[in-house]
Amino acid sequence: MTTMAVPRIVSARVHHDDSHTLDRYLATRGYEGLKKALAMTPEAVAREVDEANLLGRGGAGFPAGRKWSMMRKNPTTYLVINGDESEPATFKDHLLVENDPHQIIEGAVIAAYALQVSQIFIYLRGEFALGLERLQSALNEAYAYGAVGHDIFSSGFSIDVVVHPGAGAYVCGEETALLESLEGKRGFPRIKPPNFPAAVGIYGEPTIVNNVETLSNVPWIILNGGAAFAALGEGSSTGTRLFALAGRVRNPGVYELEMVKNTFSDLINDPALGGGLFPGRELKAFIPGGVSAPWFFPEHLDLPLGQEQVDAAGSMLGSGSVVVMDDQTCVVRASWRITRFFHRESCGQCTPCREGSGWLEKILERIEIGQGRREDLDLLLDACDNISPGLTWPPQQTTICVLGPSIPSSITSAISRFRDDFLAHITLGRCPHV
Amino acid sequence: MSDPTSVGDTADELTFSLDGRSVVAHKGEKLIAAAERAGVFIPRFCYHPRMKPVGVCRMCLVEVDGPRGPSLMPSCFIDVQPDMVVVTESDTVKKAQDGVLEFLLINHPLDCPVCDKGGECPLQDQTLAYGPGESRFIEEKRHFEKPIPISELVMLDRERCIQCSRCTRFADEVAGEAQIDFVGRGPHIEVAPFPELPFTSYFSGNTVQICPVGALTATPYRFTARPWDLDQVESTCTTCSLGCRVAVQSSSNRLTRMLGIDADPVNQGWMCDKGRFAFEAVNDPGRLTRPLVRKNGGLVEVSWYEALEAAAAGLRKARTDHGPAGVGVIGGARLTNEAAYAWTKLAKGVIGTDSVDAQLGDGLPAELVVGLPRATIDEAVNADTVILLTGDVREEVPVLFLRLRAGVRYGSLNVVELSPGDTSMTGLAAASLRYAPGEADELVRILLDVKAPTPNGMHPDEFADARRLIGSPRVVVVLGRGSRSEDETIMAAAAQRIAAALPGATFLPVLPRGNVMGALDLGMAPGLLPGRVALDDGAEWFGRWWDQVPAGRGRTTMEQLADLASPEPSMGAVVLLGADPWADVPDRRLVERAFDSPVFVVAVGTQIDSTTERADVVLPAASVHERSGTTTNMEGRISRLGQKLVPPGQAWADWMIAAELAVHLGSDLALESVGAIWDEIERLTPLHSGITSAVLGQPGAADGVVAPLSAAKVSLFRRRGRQMDPVAIPGVESTNRQGLDFRAGWAEDPTSGWTGRPAVPVNPTEERPSMLRKIPAYVAPVIGRVDSYSHRLMATRCLYDNGAAMAKSPALDALVEPATLAVHPHDLDDLGLSAGDRVRVKTASTSMVMAVRPDPGLPTRVVALPMNVMLDGVPDGSRHDVADLIDVTVPVTVVRLETP
Amino acid sequence: MSASSPVSLTRRSGAPASFTPTHLHPEVLDRARKLIALYPEPRSALIPLCHLAQGQDGWLTPEAMIDIAGLVGVTPSEVLGTASFYDMFHLEPVGKYVVSLCTNIACLLRGALELLEHAEDSLGVKSGGTTEDQLITLEEAECLAGCDRAPCVQVNSRYVEATTPETFDHLVADLRAGRRSAEIPAHGTLIRVQRTVGLAADRDEIARQRAAMAEAEARRAATDGTAS
Ligand SMILES: Cc1cc2nc3c(=O)[nH]c(=O)nc-3n(C[C@H](O)[C@H](O)[C@H](O)COP(=O)(O)O)c2cc1C
Ligand code: SF4
Ligand code: FES
Repeated sequence: MTTMAVPRIVSARVHHDDSHTLDRYLATRGYEGLKKALAMTPEAVAREVDEANLLGRGGAGFPAGRKWSMMRKNPTTYLVINGDESEPATFKDHLLVENDPHQIIEGAVIAAYALQVSQIFIYLRGEFALGLERLQSALNEAYAYGAVGHDIFSSGFSIDVVVHPGAGAYVCGEETALLESLEGKRGFPRIKPPNFPAAVGIYGEPTIVNNVETLSNVPWIILNGGAAFAALGEGSSTGTRLFALAGRVRNPGVYELEMVKNTFSDLINDPALGGGLFPGRELKAFIPGGVSAPWFFPEHLDLPLGQEQVDAAGSMLGSGSVVVMDDQTCVVRASWRITRFFHRESCGQCTPCREGSGWLEKILERIEIGQGRREDLDLLLDACDNISPGLTWPPQQTTICVLGPSIPSSITSAISRFRDDFLAHITLGRCPHV
Repeated sequence: MSDPTSVGDTADELTFSLDGRSVVAHKGEKLIAAAERAGVFIPRFCYHPRMKPVGVCRMCLVEVDGPRGPSLMPSCFIDVQPDMVVVTESDTVKKAQDGVLEFLLINHPLDCPVCDKGGECPLQDQTLAYGPGESRFIEEKRHFEKPIPISELVMLDRERCIQCSRCTRFADEVAGEAQIDFVGRGPHIEVAPFPELPFTSYFSGNTVQICPVGALTATPYRFTARPWDLDQVESTCTTCSLGCRVAVQSSSNRLTRMLGIDADPVNQGWMCDKGRFAFEAVNDPGRLTRPLVRKNGGLVEVSWYEALEAAAAGLRKARTDHGPAGVGVIGGARLTNEAAYAWTKLAKGVIGTDSVDAQLGDGLPAELVVGLPRATIDEAVNADTVILLTGDVREEVPVLFLRLRAGVRYGSLNVVELSPGDTSMTGLAAASLRYAPGEADELVRILLDVKAPTPNGMHPDEFADARRLIGSPRVVVVLGRGSRSEDETIMAAAAQRIAAALPGATFLPVLPRGNVMGALDLGMAPGLLPGRVALDDGAEWFGRWWDQVPAGRGRTTMEQLADLASPEPSMGAVVLLGADPWADVPDRRLVERAFDSPVFVVAVGTQIDSTTERADVVLPAASVHERSGTTTNMEGRISRLGQKLVPPGQAWADWMIAAELAVHLGSDLALESVGAIWDEIERLTPLHSGITSAVLGQPGAADGVVAPLSAAKVSLFRRRGRQMDPVAIPGVESTNRQGLDFRAGWAEDPTSGWTGRPAVPVNPTEERPSMLRKIPAYVAPVIGRVDSYSHRLMATRCLYDNGAAMAKSPALDALVEPATLAVHPHDLDDLGLSAGDRVRVKTASTSMVMAVRPDPGLPTRVVALPMNVMLDGVPDGSRHDVADLIDVTVPVTVVRLETP
Repeated sequence: MSASSPVSLTRRSGAPASFTPTHLHPEVLDRARKLIALYPEPRSALIPLCHLAQGQDGWLTPEAMIDIAGLVGVTPSEVLGTASFYDMFHLEPVGKYVVSLCTNIACLLRGALELLEHAEDSLGVKSGGTTEDQLITLEEAECLAGCDRAPCVQVNSRYVEATTPETFDHLVADLRAGRRSAEIPAHGTLIRVQRTVGLAADRDEIARQRAAMAEAEARRAATDGTAS
């Protein structure tokens, strides 16, 4: 366990009651990164972030510096911060939005300076009422303080930040759907290629979309240097990362850990972190990175919390949420509930996602309530295969966005590992857990 | 919006690999289209070649090689790239497509036996072709309330909907009125209009046509036929002068449905709802089926012989009493080109009168129309600037609105609108300038005079924009009548002024009624002979082939009416040739006075109407779809009309009536058949020279041929017989289509080297008279003083009026809304009136009470009413419209408003 | 045009200009217009405006949607089409308090379905229903990003502590008694903190500054180049 030995980067302040205020922020080196950045050239700022090898924290894990360098040259460009956080069991951005809004603003303004964009939009999940109010208050303070708006800190750099509320649609976390939503439309993801936001984003202009947590790292990187960040972690997984731990553990919560240096077991069992399972319970499975990720099992506990390591083991760190299932968990119910989520949240454009998710959900429900048939298991897998051909990881897709091919993850994980649990439902004619 | 059936310039060609073959495509072409051209049909639902691709149904997935190996890509969405490697038939592709089909079917009701689309449904076809024999879906399907009306014309069955978004995209992208949209998310998505705001678009029928399943159905067609019982011919819609190419379908001598054909230069697959649904009038039980003669005050059914004898006697007497000019012919725009020629030959060549007029006083001077340099629709859409000097194009020629809108929204067209009120184009126009009724020519004068300052009240920037844009190199003027209550010479003078100032400008005339352009081109106007030839210029030539040519210029419709209404008429007989002056002539009191005279009236028509009521002899004619021949649209495009039905009873084709009447008048037109007439037209006129029947039958002429043929290589259609959108008109094959059978045209490229001129001219053109070049000078009349208590009256046209087409089509009749007087809100305030109040409208000679409504799009002190729409709020319940107010003896009708 | 013409030619057209909202209250309209001004395209304000309207009426009424359509320049159908995509917009009246109970995976693993059952029983309505007194609408929610307090419950998008049947009953009692109204505004009110600063920084001005900076940078690079 090396938890406490490393700096807290994004969650340094969150434990203060007034962590969301400008006073607290300024008392804890707030806006110093921005001041330092404004004294540098935009290129130099971008270079630091590139050197830090800051991997995106929104799910795909793409290096922020690389993404920034891919923005198409254009007179008008935009920066959009993705705070839609709706991936089930992910609640780390929630913590940052409510408890350190200034850090998001500072990170965003530094990024805007590095990218020389024309405007910043912070798209926050609509259900974050408190977060929206805190962020808007912080923004008002930041304007008054001179950290946002015209001629920031007399540097000649100006930028406007708009806080934009979503209205309840998971798919709007997908970056192109988010842009559609920000344009005042239904959150229908766009087809990439060619609509990579860095080339064709909001209003058709080049747009960088970054996650809340990703940008919250930026002030620290500027203050301490990209190299200091890259020195943390290992390989391409640098720095620290927020892990949201939920499910059948004693201490669910958000924990900032150095990348790679800790294992899933540390996160789940360390008394200072997850605190282990409930007494007498045994680990059955866990989801390593949000419900879109294929499941892990006890043999994966010692895997380090690093992007490459998890990828190599056939899943993903995704949004950094870890869901623990113990021996009391009904996996049929779990995968049914996850599939129902995708069914409800499918945007409805693509036939396989819209119709497939509903079909899968109905079959799973039938099995869960004891009306399954043996052939349903093959049917489930074949329908999954029609959504994501080959059921490979990373997935192939017949759909526009990766919500579609995320649907099979829980089903194939559960069936491949716990086929007997499914058969038990079928033969018993009910759920053995109730 | 690429054209999937052609490769354009070779400069932008590229090569890619399709199933192991090397295929040529052009840059920017969609993979699905390039493959289709190469003979590989990729299944699809959401893709429509005339709309932006969205790639949502996922039916068209194919494998494309990429950096990380082959992956599934929507072929409708991606552009072909050089050296792209595409596989459309691998197991992976098959499985993906089968998977999509299975997913689509799980919630689909599979009620094919009771579904209108059954038999021509791509979903059904593909299921039969590829689908699994048995459903693996044993769950409960999604349920919705069975079909719900979303407009007067369209029903929606949400259970059948496959969420392809073709209809919603059409409404938004093409029609520009997103009145229907997806509501809900994911599995709950349904198409819906906003509650209480129905889908009133003039183009709603197109959504039915492009729906790939039976989710959207048209009320008039529902349950009337099965696709396999349908016969189809290709034809041209003659509801307005745009001339949409259409497929006319019938089932046992009853018309059932019209579908838009993707004619690239004309309607590109679309139609307006009036054109699509007005066919019901043909099936109307009130059709005239027997000749009638008035005896003892009543009309009596007689034989054709007796009727023609009676008609001939009346006409002969008028000629004896008053000379040839004592006979007049009003109408002709309902006729085919061939019938128009036959009637011109009868009137001008046999009877010898020049008083023939296909227009009813609501158009423009004929010499101007045929004399101005003509633009095509494509030229207008691709121009730098279109000057709109006409009424609302969406009301008058709806599909031209779609074409111009696309030019503005997706092309680089600028529109400068000069109009007396807001129109559907106002929001699309780069500049929209208002003129008071009667002052169009004055506005044009100021606009063209660079030294003139911005008129009072006009925005200087907008005015400057307009002035700059009309100076662009390629300018097309869309010319019509902004208002029917002002003198036609005002527009004529304005047009002439533009023609003089902008020598490169060309004109696209917007005149009411289907084949008005064909009628004018074939001489159905005073002072004209067939082929856009002035009477003087052609007298010698036509004198050689006809019995005679009129000695002098005759009377227009309005002049004939004025003569008849005068105390001592110099006319003794009038033929009303498929025209109803009571409905269409702007000044109804003039019409009534005219026909109060003892003039002998022959009515040639299809329906019982005001003309038959007044006629001495009634001759029943074949209606649209009951006759063959050609028609000419606004741009001069000549296309074939398909005959689908047998005329009812003893109704005859109009040309035949002319030919027989000539015999009874002691002459012989020597016209034996439609084909023979066309040959004569082609041999005699300078306009139609070279457009032989054979040329019209060329595969390149499926969308018609624009007259006159230019020496340059003509732009030919590129459809080659295939449907642009196989999802829209999948099933029925035409038994008769213009151009050769597509299989014949398929083998070779019909466009190669054909210049549109036959190798050996049938007749040397030099001998023919030249087409009209000099047009008479028009001087706009001076408008008398208009005091500040008066309002100028504007008479507009709207698509849904009380004309016969609407009235006899049950589905459309319900759409006509009674007219209310449109008044600017400020003027309403001044008068102390609000919406729905009644007002007395007084002219110098009459007065009427009617309801008012506010219209902020009008200038102040201008009030507006639509033509041929009965007024709302008239106390005695009598049927009145704006024609009861208009006084054609003054340049602009001026009214006073008083509280009744 | 001619000086004597009594006709005013001033064009009072252009769809949004001639549109007059009839339903939104003046102060709401004022905020709406300010929000629209924040975005490069008016339509971007559509969702924030729907929130505002829902704040006014407690649900998203057709009248409000017609106003919003006119304000942002789309058809009412497009407003409905967009709003209905999002779960937070209620197109039918709901209770003053919308109680959202997450039943997604993390909460499911910690008793969410049991809590939902309790909620349905104690409120006497099924998920989606509204109590007879029109006070509470019960909704089954997807993950609310509050998984550490599972089962997670929100009232009008405010997190509340109600993880057990007892605490849930307590919450309902509080709501009924009006004890939480300071903390939880009536349904629809989302962001009570308003933007205090003026409108967006002028984007053209920003673009000019950016260009100047890029030029300076290029000059610097050039001098650096000659120096070395
Ligand atoms: C269905 C779906 C939902 C997503 N939801 C979120 C989200 O809530 N928050 C987020 O930051 N990224 C989310 N993403 C990832 C974004 O598309 C995008 O990759 C990310 O915002 C980029 O930011 P980053 O590079 O800083 O990680 C989602 C992706 C998908 C496919
Ligand atoms: S995969 Fe699902 S969520 Fe993604 S675009 Fe397609 S339908 Fe929408
Ligand atoms: S996705 Fe290509 S046709 Fe529908």
